[in-house]
Amino acid sequence: MGEFKVHRVRFFDYMPSAIRAMAFNSHTERLALVRADGALEIFNFADHYFQEKVIPGQDGRAVEALCWVGQRLFSAGLNGEITEYDLENLRPRYTVEAYGGPIWTIGSNKQGTLLMVGCEDGTVKMFEILKERIQFQRNLERQKGRIVSLSWHPSGTLIAAGMMDMIRIFNAETGHATHRMLVERGVGASKSREVVVWSVAFLSDYTIISGDSAGKVQIWDGLTGTLVRTHLVTKWDVLCLSVSQDESSLIAGTSEGTVVQFQFISSTVDQQEEEWVRTRTFKNHSHDVRALAHTETAVVSGGMDTQLVVRPLLDKVEKNTQESAMRKIALPHRSLVCCAKKAGLLLFQFPDHLEVWRVGESDGHGKPGDSLPVKRKPEKLIQLKGKGGDHIYSSALSPCGEWLAYSTVSSVRLYRLQYNNISITKVSKLPKDLCLGHQLCFSSDSTKLFASSRHSSVIVVALNQLECKYLHTLKPKSGSRQPVHLLCTSEDGKWLATANTDCEIHVYDLHKRKLHCTVPIYSSCPTAIAIHPTTSHLVVVHADQQIFEYSLVQKEYTEWSRKLQKQGLHSLWLERDTPVTHVTFSLKNPAHIILHDMFMFCIIDQSLPLPESKTLLYNQMTLRSLPEQERIRHSHAFKICKNFKHVMCVSLLEDHSLVVAAEPVLHYLSEVSKRAQTTLSQFAGQYIHVMGL
Amino acid sequence: MAALYEGYTLCGLVPGQTLTNSGIQGIEAERDSDHVVVTDSTRSVTLYKVSDQKPLSSWTVKQGQTLTCPAVYNSQTEEYVVVSDNKVSSDVWRVHCLPGGEPVVLFQRGAVRLLDSLLSAPQQPIEEVLAQEEAIRWSTNIVADSQQFVIFTTEQKGDSFLYLHRLNPNTLQRYRLEREEPGLSPLSFSASYRDKHICLLYLYPNGHVYQSVVSVRGLGGDEGAQALPLPRSLLLGLPVGEGLLEAASAQLLDEAHVAVVGVPHPSAGAGKDFLCIWNTNFQTLQAGKEMAGKIYGQLWTFSNKLFIPHGKTLSVIPYECPKSSLASALGKLKQAKTEGELKQMSCVPSWNNILHGDKAQPSRPAETRKTVSNFIKTKYLNFSVQTAPVEEVQREVEGLLSRADIQDLQPLVGQLASMLVSRSLADPAFYTPSTLAQLVHTQSLCHSVCPDLVLLALERRDFFLCQLCLQFFPDIPEAVTCACLKAFIRVVIKTGEEDKEKSSTPPEPICPVGLHKAVLLNEVLLTAYSDTFLLPHLKDLSSQHVVLFLQYLQFLYLKYSQDASPQMHGLRSPSLTQIMDWVCMVLDAHFTVLVMTPEAKGLLVNLHSFVKSQVRLVSELGKIEGSLQELNKMKVKKDVGQYSIEIIELF
Repeated sequence: MGEFKVHRVRFFDYMPSAIRAMAFNSHTERLALVRADGALEIFNFADHYFQEKVIPGQDGRAVEALCWVGQRLFSAGLNGEITEYDLENLRPRYTVEAYGGPIWTIGSNKQGTLLMVGCEDGTVKMFEILKERIQFQRNLERQKGRIVSLSWHPSGTLIAAGMMDMIRIFNAETGHATHRMLVERGVGASKSREVVVWSVAFLSDYTIISGDSAGKVQIWDGLTGTLVRTHLVTKWDVLCLSVSQDESSLIAGTSEGTVVQFQFISSTVDQQEEEWVRTRTFKNHSHDVRALAHTETAVVSGGMDTQLVVRPLLDKVEKNTQESAMRKIALPHRSLVCCAKKAGLLLFQFPDHLEVWRVGESDGHGKPGDSLPVKRKPEKLIQLKGKGGDHIYSSALSPCGEWLAYSTVSSVRLYRLQYNNISITKVSKLPKDLCLGHQLCFSSDSTKLFASSRHSSVIVVALNQLECKYLHTLKPKSGSRQPVHLLCTSEDGKWLATANTDCEIHVYDLHKRKLHCTVPIYSSCPTAIAIHPTTSHLVVVHADQQIFEYSLVQKEYTEWSRKLQKQGLHSLWLERDTPVTHVTFSLKNPAHIILHDMFMFCIIDQSLPLPESKTLLYNQMTLRSLPEQERIRHSHAFKICKNFKHVMCVSLLEDHSLVVAAEPVLHYLSEVSKRAQTTLSQFAGQYIHVMGL
Repeated sequence: MAALYEGYTLCGLVPGQTLTNSGIQGIEAERDSDHVVVTDSTRSVTLYKVSDQKPLSSWTVKQGQTLTCPAVYNSQTEEYVVVSDNKVSSDVWRVHCLPGGEPVVLFQRGAVRLLDSLLSAPQQPIEEVLAQEEAIRWSTNIVADSQQFVIFTTEQKGDSFLYLHRLNPNTLQRYRLEREEPGLSPLSFSASYRDKHICLLYLYPNGHVYQSVVSVRGLGGDEGAQALPLPRSLLLGLPVGEGLLEAASAQLLDEAHVAVVGVPHPSAGAGKDFLCIWNTNFQTLQAGKEMAGKIYGQLWTFSNKLFIPHGKTLSVIPYECPKSSLASALGKLKQAKTEGELKQMSCVPSWNNILHGDKAQPSRPAETRKTVSNFIKTKYLNFSVQTAPVEEVQREVEGLLSRADIQDLQPLVGQLASMLVSRSLADPAFYTPSTLAQLVHTQSLCHSVCPDLVLLALERRDFFLCQLCLQFFPDIPEAVTCACLKAFIRVVIKTGEEDKEKSSTPPEPICPVGLHKAVLLNEVLLTAYSDTFLLPHLKDLSSQHVVLFLQYLQFLYLKYSQDASPQMHGLRSPSLTQIMDWVCMVLDAHFTVLVMTPEAKGLLVNLHSFVKSQVRLVSELGKIEGSLQELNKMKVKKDVGQYSIEIIELF
């Protein structure tokens, strides 16, 4: 196949933000999670845990809790506001001030008519959920001390509130507190500190379960207000609880990074009476588990170490299947790196700023495995801080490198860049139609900017030295209200393709300025799309790892695609658990498709036979060991390179060298450890044994 | 670490006509671990309760009859089986019976029958398995994989054979043992079963102990086929002293330990009247005991007790072989011994006798067979070491040690040191500190080889030599370590006052002992030990000593807490862990005394406040345990930098 010069880029030190809260909607099988920087992410658990939507955060917006009410999603945070999200236009729909100080928790009744929040000032506030907004209804009897956690009894009559040192039960009708359950403090030094009831759960049999800062999970009788059982699960805090829908299983997340499961079973075989018994402990996190969701088949957890972990419960799924494999979602399922191929520039998107880098240069050649001497080091040309506190949603760098655009939930910004004497100029007058840009993309000749807007439409803007002019809006005929999450153009400037979270792919003819065709809808969401520069074939990779190639000229799947579907993809290919996030092509060899996921990049050579189910998929090592004439006999179309970890971008520059941006997560880990090391180096090891004295 | 405990006498012996016979034909286990059946060489069988050291009952056959094999106890029928005058239907060699098993009869010509089948048809023909001139030397039976085996060895014209006879179904396998030096045949055998293999251990008169392993699985039924060669491995090369062993026996105790009787103690010269336990994994002597009187080369072992006829008694010696580790196997020779006992040990008459009492019979080290020149040199040295004045001895030894092949002389170094020590012990005027220090410096010595050296040094107040020994010996017993500690502290207290620097307001902790003593104490702190064994000896320290020692430990601890540099003043200094361990141990040993001692109060309060602050610190550390663990998990990544341009090749 050949040698590649690879620019191995590790200076994109992207650090995901800690997971703060999550909520699972079992009807739509969507998990909503919110990070410490306020960013909201929606994962589709029915479609390979694909991260289908992201709403960026905002400076200073600390979301503490999330709550689904039907298909509507609410959040509340320490800024004292309740926010409902617009999941179609990917932005907050509205925000309501609760006037109770910082809000710690949010919840709704089972009927979905009322929303309640727990506030710092000791009030539980009720809001009526109306069709388009929420309206304050009343306060429950005000308490001394903050309300940290809330849970509504399924019948709607009682509410349990976790506070400092106690749990209160309210009568939801009268608003009066009916019981006060005191929660014991920790022993030793923490005796003097108030215990925080971080989480409560009110079950239909009137059992209340609490998790607190003294490391206890406690079972209470909610009718009498008495303690039934205490389980000490950690030396530190129990931060969150989640109960399965059938109330037979309960999970608790701790600040040790463990998740402890309890099940409602009889503890001995002959015993009839069922009780909450501690059953399993999962350790998938290095730091605090801040958020949990108990789905029907899995434990979903997240916290300080930023990874979302889906741990299937082996009694609920078939063993040794893909379903039973644990998933760790560490990086976004979308590309945060944009490569200006012609200019050799890279654009890195961080939540609050952008960086433009020029890749380095080397001279000379080397053998495979060599590192070439770097003649010119990579250079950070521009760092652009986002304006107005809104975080960046999407960004793009034009192929020539002279235009840069980015969008937030409220605006799109366009900049003109110059490199001989580095300067950046904001294009001040943008067409007013260009206010929303879920996805941004430049045409290959850098004369047009495409921005996806509401209801899957695309706004086309012409760019030249003098002005920036609105041309027209491309609209699909399907009437989908979902946002576009993938956008690409063809090299010749004729085609524009969009994909939305309804799994629709629309292709527009830019010359005729109208919809050209809609690719037959496939059940799994597209995760990457690209149009071949010479053949105008559209290559689509889906969340279930299927690959399709669609001829835009013929408006049908290509022969190769049919062959691939007929033979089926290799099982190991299908078992990969991170989505392909980028597809590109080689100008040198039109038969090559280059794509990557988090752990590998792959060059598909369409001229070679497809791997059969019994052939070795990852065969690079084998091929390497074979003499050259033998290799061709064992070669197949999928050339997979696993030299890189945490791959963020694989792109081909004009000089045919590859750019691979990888390993940002390791930077994160070393960052954590650096912090720990400085505080600990003088203590660790030297003192721990003293405990034995 | 294996140990031999205080033994006791089970019964007296009536030696046979010839002195080579102990008068005991065999000892067999009875109903439980506490009962044995002893068969004497003539007519009587006695049942003993071992722990009571007394006979329960006894049987004797008529005058004129003789018992020709040891009585065995059939636990199924609660009967004793014995053969008189060889006869059943052919000459019987032995009857064997395992607890819970059926008695098996092995005939002198190699045939095997179950006792029941033999009794039901007493006149049945008994085949001849062995060749002419082939005779059984030893036999036993073993249950392996619920299969009963009769194992016996034979000798024929200088060749030895092993037979494995499996019962039900009957198969017989014959192996030929490799030949040792011409004319040598095994002195003793011992067999055991483990991991689907039968292990045969045998001792030759030249001190070689071999092990052969036969798989139980692979045993084919091809009877009468050619004898297979039996592969063997040398487990031990025991020192034999002068000449060959005559009456000696080796018994497997467990997979790592062998008990040997009738072989000289390596550091006690050529006398063969010792019972020793050797570790075969590490080739180290683990325990040794001198047996008074003649050794007959007989040794039995039942449930952690060794049965040895010696002199005019049959002794029972309990032993223990805990799982061995390298650390413990490196020879802490005697575990539980007080100082007094140690002294006693060094005056065992036979040792003195061997080493320098009997000048007419110069002893010859066993290991000097390497080269003739070595041999001669050694002989000469022995002579000079035992008689010559100090200066000459020093010169001689120096000359020897200056040789290049000092490593080859390792056994000789041990021998020399032992002789010098013995002479010094016997002759108060004789002492060669520099020579001994030189010998220790070769690092060829260890405590097990020369157990009296440290005590001699202590006696002569040669603390430099003590320090060297502590530094270079890997196997100093805790009792000796403690004796050193005591001696050092005593010196500190006697002379300590003048060393102490006095200042009114100490800006930093003052060392309670002088520099030289600190060096000595540090050497003790650096010594390897096991706290179980050390603790009882620590208890012997007087409270005054304890307080001073604790003060010193506290000083070290504070020193460490204050400056982070791990090495103090470039001395050999103990680690913080070692210091803390010693503090804990000393407190454990003397806590009640210290609480009652007014001078110790301040010290204890200080220590208590350390602990409190440390516990608080640890509790804080616990909160970031997760991060700490993550540190551990992090692999050391090779530093690849932030950017590189690489060539990769895809195929």
